[in-house]
Amino acid sequence: MEHEIYLDNAATTYVSGEVFSAMQPYFLAHYGNASSAHNLGREAEAAVYKARQAVAALINASADEIFFTSGATESNNWFIKGAIERSAVKRVLVSRIEHPSIMETVEYLGRHGVEVEYINVDEGGIISIPDLLSKLSKPTALVSVMTANNEVGTVQYINTIGKICRDKGVLFHTDATQAVDSITLDVKTMNIDGLSMSGHKIYGPKGVGALYIKKGTQVETFMHGGHQERGKRAGTTDVPCIVGFGKAAEITMRDMSINNARIRMLRDYLIREIEGRIPAVKLNGHRTQRIVSNVNFSFQGIEGESVLTLLDLDGICVSTGSACNSGTLDHSYVLDSMGVSDEMINGSVRFSLGRNTTKEDLDFLIEKLVKIVGNLRKISPIGIKGEL
Amino acid sequence: MYSDKVMEIFKTETGDSPKNAGILKNADASGQVGNARCGDIMKIYLKISDGVIIDAKFKTFGCVSAIASTSIACDMIKGKTIEEALSFENSDFVKALGGLPAVKIHCSVLAKEALEAAVADYRKKQAKLAGG
Repeated sequence: MEHEIYLDNAATTYVSGEVFSAMQPYFLAHYGNASSAHNLGREAEAAVYKARQAVAALINASADEIFFTSGATESNNWFIKGAIERSAVKRVLVSRIEHPSIMETVEYLGRHGVEVEYINVDEGGIISIPDLLSKLSKPTALVSVMTANNEVGTVQYINTIGKICRDKGVLFHTDATQAVDSITLDVKTMNIDGLSMSGHKIYGPKGVGALYIKKGTQVETFMHGGHQERGKRAGTTDVPCIVGFGKAAEITMRDMSINNARIRMLRDYLIREIEGRIPAVKLNGHRTQRIVSNVNFSFQGIEGESVLTLLDLDGICVSTGSACNSGTLDHSYVLDSMGVSDEMINGSVRFSLGRNTTKEDLDFLIEKLVKIVGNLRKISPIGIKGEL
Repeated sequence: MYSDKVMEIFKTETGDSPKNAGILKNADASGQVGNARCGDIMKIYLKISDGVIIDAKFKTFGCVSAIASTSIACDMIKGKTIEEALSFENSDFVKALGGLPAVKIHCSVLAKEALEAAVADYRKKQAKLAGG
């Protein structure tokens, strides 16, 4: 391939060189079990503790409030199921645009007698505070609203939601998987009781993540069978991945402002170019209240998988909310909840920028995109003059 | 995920000189099926002379397999009588495409339905001509 342009950083990121270097010794030299009492074990445990501190620092938590997991999916499952199990009130509220690992977890609980309600969002994907307040009028155990959405990048007013929940004595959990890379989070001032994150969205390895549980919060043990993670999540500690995750968290904090400034400029450039050069497009999500790395457009009259495939042939990696690409023929419920039409949902394409994205990459993308959209529209039976 | 044949057709039809995609000028009939929700809308145009399909073109809003299915259908029905064209099963299109992923088989069904809709349109117009 002449070019390989990766614009799918919301799916996963590459592992940064610094992270990879930090991990390597824990495969080869320091391979001890972090639970062992001997020197190799103690070395491993010390490295894990250092990583725990780095991950905690990223969200202003204490190290003993961080529990390592296999990723954000596990963290989401654990907090929601574990908090409900320990609560006398069997009622949970989630937004309509949560990740499937929240949606399918609450659907599962719903089949087992837990009352589940969904908080509406506006056309930008921002949750309705009046709707949240009205649904909180009944006794509720837990509210879970993601910090930033994976499809459209919309960032919620987490401070406000946290304050409302704390005042009402309801637990507040947030899936911050897509947010921790570019948003400074503070679990203390934001009144967050549970927070999920993942290593491979912040240039760390896949297969590792963390759940923050505020000290004193009642959440049932997730995995039984050992004393690891203070007895709450058994299983041999994945030392190399945790070390990598810790290093990734450290770098994220260190470089956040410089990365954000550069990526935000590129994001705004891409939005401007697409809107300026391609007619009948719609920017999905919120124009300003969005993470720096996300651009999501619908192209009227054409379907997303075709766009994805043609871009892929040119060496450009993107993703789509189209039904045709879902494997189940269900289109994006996130865009549907935001009131986007069926046609426009199937014509949606997500470009998620990253630390290695350059302006040259975007210029190459834009040239290809203009041509691809034009060609697909020529062979589409749908005109592009309709309502957007 | 897709066969080489599907990709080859898709690339041709979405390129600068499509083979079967586009409007058929002076078409005798056309048929459109599908809806935006499932993500596929297909339209087939037919030019028919003495009961034989002498030309066929399509326009498709849809994914790779939707575009390839309508294209292969146009290829296969050209030069055939209406009856011969209608006798094709969707599985014949799938076979000619070198297979389709299981979740995409419905694209071949839609291509057959678009052809049936175009033939129905043709017959309606013929009946009207005969009646008028």
